[in-house]
Amino acid sequence: MVGIVLISHSARLAAEVAELAAQIGGRDVPIAAAGGTDDGRLGTSITKVSDAITTVDQGDGVVLLMDLGSAVLTARTLLDESPHPRVFLADAPFVEGAISALVTSGAGADVKAVLDAAEEARHIGKL
Amino acid sequence: MDTSFFVAWMEEIATAVQAQRDHLTQLDAAIGDADHGSNLDRGFGEVRRALTDSPPRTPGGTLVLAGSTLIRKVGGASGPLYGTAFRQMGKSMGETRDISLAELSAALDAALAGVQKLGAAVEGDKTMVDALAPAVRALAQAVREGAKPEDALSAVAAAAQEGAKATIPLQARKGRASYLGSRSAGHEDPGAASTALILSALRTAGFRTW
Repeated sequence: MVGIVLISHSARLAAEVAELAAQIGGRDVPIAAAGGTDDGRLGTSITKVSDAITTVDQGDGVVLLMDLGSAVLTARTLLDESPHPRVFLADAPFVEGAISALVTSGAGADVKAVLDAAEEARHIGKL
Repeated sequence: MDTSFFVAWMEEIATAVQAQRDHLTQLDAAIGDADHGSNLDRGFGEVRRALTDSPPRTPGGTLVLAGSTLIRKVGGASGPLYGTAFRQMGKSMGETRDISLAELSAALDAALAGVQKLGAAVEGDKTMVDALAPAVRALAQAVREGAKPEDALSAVAAAAQEGAKATIPLQARKGRASYLGSRSAGHEDPGAASTALILSALRTAGFRTW
């Protein structure tokens, strides 16, 4: 299954979105939270992101979702510095994208389809 | 400019950032999240430690180590941005042990390209690019005119400082300040201010080692 990594400035935000997505979409999909800095501040840790990718990578690819700012820059830096051929950044809303990606991965889709599902989540209206 | 020059540059940055920590944080409090001074202070403190723990053998190695340390230790957007800048500079220097002004100019060009590729900012967006880009041009011009190293580095510092001040009236189009829209105008961009500090430290390092 395609793995999902949630990258946020906040450790709690990343963990809670992961929990919400798993509750809605099922607990079979590998999902990991990479939130906050190594020393527990608000911010992003490239080590946490890298470890989270390793945790959820089952060989079918990994989709990364970021909240904003340093989360985006840290994820891009990681992929620029060391190529991960099966890992993709989703330009997607954090919560809706995570749920879409998880549900799609759970249905057995490939990594491109999971990435598309995350990115298309921005077009789903609420009202 | 040899390895000791570039190590001196990193030390001068750490000293300057520590001294200006509260000023940078105040600039960031106005239009960002008030962590720029403390993030950079922590980051360059770690750089100083890394350079002491495993002394680099080349100018390029010095800057690559500094960049990697910033990427791992800062936590805010300035980590990947400055980290990429220093790593790209270092990589462009290769194994060369004595860097000419022209090679420094090429390295600074690579730093700017790396920052712009990562952050997708252009001049006028009210970011570090507004200080870095004029400094890159000033150094290229100094090289073309055959300027003395100390004059070239003074021109770099002056161009970066002018560029940072010129961000005051701008409205931010990138980074946290862009969420403020027109309210971001009237404040100096903290990233441009820290870039001016970092490039001014280059001149200080020159005065110290020459």
